[in-house]
Amino acid sequence: MGTDTGDAIVVAEGIRKRFGETQALAGLDLTVPAGTVYGLLGPNGAGKSTAVRVFATLTRPDEGRATVAGFDVVRESREVRRRIGLAGQHAALDEQLTGRENLRIFGRLFHLGGARARRRADELLERFDLAFAADRLVRTYSGGMRRRLDLISSLIVSPTVLFLDEPTTGLDPRSRNEIWDTVRGLVADGTTVLLTTQYLDEADQLAQHIAVIDTGTVIASGTPDQLKATIGGRIDVVVDDVAGLDEAARALAVLAGTGAEPDVDPVNRRVSAPVGADTLALPDVVRHLDHAGVKAVDVGIRRPTLDEVFLTLTGKPAETSESTEPGRETAR
Amino acid sequence: MSAPAVSSGLRTGLSDGLAVMSRNLLKLKHQPGQIVATFAFPLVSVILFGYVFGSAIPIPGGGNYREYLMPGLFVMGTVFGVMGSLTVIAKDNGLGVMDRFRSMPMARSAVPFGQTAADLLVAAGSLVIMAACGLLFGWRAHNGVGATLGAFGLLLLLQYAVSWVGVFLGALAKNEETAARIGPLIFPVTMISNIFVPTDGMPAVLQAIADWNPVSAATVALRQLFGNPGLPTGDLAWPLAHPVLATAGWSLLLLAIFVPLSVRRFRTAGL
Repeated sequence: MGTDTGDAIVVAEGIRKRFGETQALAGLDLTVPAGTVYGLLGPNGAGKSTAVRVFATLTRPDEGRATVAGFDVVRESREVRRRIGLAGQHAALDEQLTGRENLRIFGRLFHLGGARARRRADELLERFDLAFAADRLVRTYSGGMRRRLDLISSLIVSPTVLFLDEPTTGLDPRSRNEIWDTVRGLVADGTTVLLTTQYLDEADQLAQHIAVIDTGTVIASGTPDQLKATIGGRIDVVVDDVAGLDEAARALAVLAGTGAEPDVDPVNRRVSAPVGADTLALPDVVRHLDHAGVKAVDVGIRRPTLDEVFLTLTGKPAETSESTEPGRETAR
Repeated sequence: MSAPAVSSGLRTGLSDGLAVMSRNLLKLKHQPGQIVATFAFPLVSVILFGYVFGSAIPIPGGGNYREYLMPGLFVMGTVFGVMGSLTVIAKDNGLGVMDRFRSMPMARSAVPFGQTAADLLVAAGSLVIMAACGLLFGWRAHNGVGATLGAFGLLLLLQYAVSWVGVFLGALAKNEETAARIGPLIFPVTMISNIFVPTDGMPAVLQAIADWNPVSAATVALRQLFGNPGLPTGDLAWPLAHPVLATAGWSLLLLAIFVPLSVRRFRTAGL
């Protein structure tokens, strides 16, 4: 898998980067296999964007080394830039130009020449369903359309590696789905995508590999299934009568087996508890509750939220539960 | 590096610069408002300063105040040109366009060179408009074609230098809002000068500043080349005694400082 550097397309070794007081990257190691979508998952300020900026030759690391497609990002930055595309958190477009003009200018700057830049712009607008708005000023585009145009601006010369820095932050669900479809299409074409996101859901939908990143280092990595298996999830039970809540809580505490006290929500008649790494099957849960005499109207196993992933991985104390690994606490 | 590699590097840089330039000019096409503003500035200035203040300001040695004023307005328009490049670059910075440019295999210096080239073309256009406004209100160039072209050439040199200052400040400003706040600071630069009134009547310190202000030298240079009234006399500060030389010198000095600074900034920003 990712450990074989033979087919690794993006490699980082011990990258450190400090901005004034902030240690943005604190020894980042990463190996991205070619031809996959690799997700960098982490909260705001974890160092995801700095990592992407290092790979995209925008930021020079203080220590460590990084290569993209075999080229050093510092010493061979020009070669790297020939092979990458970057779409950031902003729509990096000229609002006072039309979509078509934006793409043509970028095409010329990629040295396609006037005629080829024009053809490529038309082609991309057609393929990614923006032809209808090609001659409108970008100022008049919706947020989703801007982001899509921004994304296809990074595809003018089919990049070997595409960096997407939080491509769907702030987008509505429909626009998010459109971006996701576009990304899936690219991978089918053979492009490697390195994607940063705050949303576990997004990483889950798109990425074959995920690295969870916090305070500038990778704290866990693997396939989504591997990560979820180590993190576990939550189980929610809604009972038909408030009187049954205590019983349900006792049953869940046994069932979940994590030792954590279940959360009881009397208003919604809901009991909720984290479940361990071993996957629970829904029929087993229902049988167990039935056996304990709990009348449940709704039972569900939820995927972990990013908060939960993060809490579990960093061992930071949640408001109600105790820290499981005090040694790994970091100052905030 | 072999000769073909160097020449292809140059060609690439040039074509990148042209692409950045045409991007800026294309924007003007979609913003007729900006072209109208270019028209409006000299018109409003001539009316405001020429007729409102001009009625009460005597010219040393006599003469028409609007003829006295026009060279100063040319210079003022040129100095305000700093806002053009400053705003565009700062906005691109804020939107992340600069990051995209810098992640592309283009020449990084293409952005400042392309931007200043576009500024120069726009400035040449607005000089023509401004001159037409001046002619309408009674301003004339009296010293023949050579001196007149020399005057406009000098203005464009100054404009090019000022545009590089704008590029550098724009690269420092992180977004358009910061850029907008720099704008009002340019006013004193144009006001503490001899554009509107002779400097003789100013307090000594202010007069010294005004006399050494490049804006004053440029204004006197234009008055001289156009043959407009109000040339300063007597014991003059060096730049006012040699206004053409001083203006060219100031411009070259600004270029010598801000071209390398800007290019370096675009190469290394964020590293």
